[in-house]
Amino acid sequence: MHDRPTLGETLERQGVSRRGFLKFCVTTASLLALPPTAATAIAEALGQARRPSVIWLSFQECTGCTESLTRSFAPTLENLILETISLDYHHTLQAAAGEAAERAREEAMHANEGQYLVVVDGSLPGPGANPGYSTIAGISNLQMLEETLAGAAAVVAVGSCAAFGGLPMADPNPTGAVPVSKVVRDKPVINVSGCPPLPMVITGVLAHYLTFGRLPELDEYGRPLAFFGQSIHDRCYRRPFYDKGLFAETFDDEGAKKGWCLYRLGCKGPMAYNACATMKWNGGTSWPIESGHPCLGCSEPDFWDAGGFYRALSVPTGDIATTAAVGGLLGAAAGGAAVVKTRRAKADAISAHRPITAEELEQQL
Amino acid sequence: MTSMDFLLLVRGPLLVLAIAIFTLGFGIRLVEMLALGQKRNYAEPRGSAVLGGFKTVYRRFAPDPGTWERAPFDVVIGTLWHVGFIAALFLFIPHVELIRKTFGIAWPALPNPLIDAITVITLVALVAALVQRLRNPVKRFLSTPEDYLVWVLTFLPVLTGYLAYHRLINPYPLVLGLHILSVEMFLIVAPFTKLTHMVTAFIARWYNGAIFGRKGVQS
Repeated sequence: MHDRPTLGETLERQGVSRRGFLKFCVTTASLLALPPTAATAIAEALGQARRPSVIWLSFQECTGCTESLTRSFAPTLENLILETISLDYHHTLQAAAGEAAERAREEAMHANEGQYLVVVDGSLPGPGANPGYSTIAGISNLQMLEETLAGAAAVVAVGSCAAFGGLPMADPNPTGAVPVSKVVRDKPVINVSGCPPLPMVITGVLAHYLTFGRLPELDEYGRPLAFFGQSIHDRCYRRPFYDKGLFAETFDDEGAKKGWCLYRLGCKGPMAYNACATMKWNGGTSWPIESGHPCLGCSEPDFWDAGGFYRALSVPTGDIATTAAVGGLLGAAAGGAAVVKTRRAKADAISAHRPITAEELEQQL
Repeated sequence: MTSMDFLLLVRGPLLVLAIAIFTLGFGIRLVEMLALGQKRNYAEPRGSAVLGGFKTVYRRFAPDPGTWERAPFDVVIGTLWHVGFIAALFLFIPHVELIRKTFGIAWPALPNPLIDAITVITLVALVAALVQRLRNPVKRFLSTPEDYLVWVLTFLPVLTGYLAYHRLINPYPLVLGLHILSVEMFLIVAPFTKLTHMVTAFIARWYNGAIFGRKGVQS
């Protein structure tokens, strides 16, 4: 573990040409919105970097994030970067099991004290919740995270569950799930949200960290701005149809076939910030909106509970039509009651009125 | 509370509450007003009350010459922001979608860049109206706190809508939530302030026109 080869050496051994490596560095610099000169710095830093130790903790998750990150559209540099980091602990990917697996984690922690990165996918039962909802080797998620964090350099919360709670935290949140950021106090946390997140985002974050020794610029949700700086809506190729008011009404109507905007089918593109529209999926093949499905806004907090996947963003979640009808009728009834009361008072006043003559008045005086 | 919680609150329960107060308030006021009724007129009608009513509703969109000469600023600015406000309200794509999903009726919307320009004009006109109100001694004297409240509640939905469209406040659910909240404040206050004119102006015009129509004179 101590005589680890550099990333440059590893890549060379795996048959990645210098040209291919530089291309990756240029792409990464461009994705991170860094100046072109940064590509050289990235190449130099990455080439010299020793395989960084990464401890990957999987809590309440579906393994979709790991699937996304390791999905082979080989050979890509993303995969190689993932293979060349020293992934010292990862349930799904590691060969070791049981006690041996836990020993690997402890060894990695001691050998790389203060330098290793912790990657978490999945949320965890919070401090106030029953820890029994999710355990590994008899250790609760919370305890394992706190233990592992003690000597970590930083935490990367991969996927919407780790970043924002995701599905486990969706209403009514039976396990008392919380995102990683709710538990971590004294280490930098970077959220790479998405259900699942784009593979290039995680490699970009790792490349940035290895090059500059710090995390990239983050948005208000702790996500790297370079990837989460723009909304899906603003980068969507269907945007001109939105601006013109041309919408698909169903998934198979003429509008859908012509590629019109999916806003009416519930697209959350206007409120979702992610790089799907530009980086796409499966090696740049496509992305959900290109395959005819509205954006679910999966990279945003609480997206499971955000008012229904197939309801347009501007549509109220309550029953407005019935409320308006009932409110109007009740109002009319109340108005009618007020009118009846006024008329009755008027009628009473009239019936109580006794005409009086001038003579009578004079007698009273 | 996250910005998404906030958005869901204003899109859900708060909107229902605002709509309930709006319709309840207008229901009470309208029934009370309409039930006041008219005194029976025993004279034989010389023309159509219905036709005269509608004619007046339409005709009074144009200012009479006297008003135009006395206060051209008010006519121009007032028309500008009223038309802009109504256009942005009823012809912006997400608003049409809201109406379609809620009441099942829809109509074509204007292209977004056009609505954007209309919104800017509306905002400028509303600011101009406020400046005029503050600078003109007579208007300032006549203005009550309610007038300023009504101005703020009219201005905020337009401003927050503009901010939301251009994403000038992040995250987006927060600014969208603020926009919806500002509309809710408008809805809640509308039946109990001079904002009622959004409905009563048409009734009053129709009422006047109907009398003229019945008398067979031009309104």
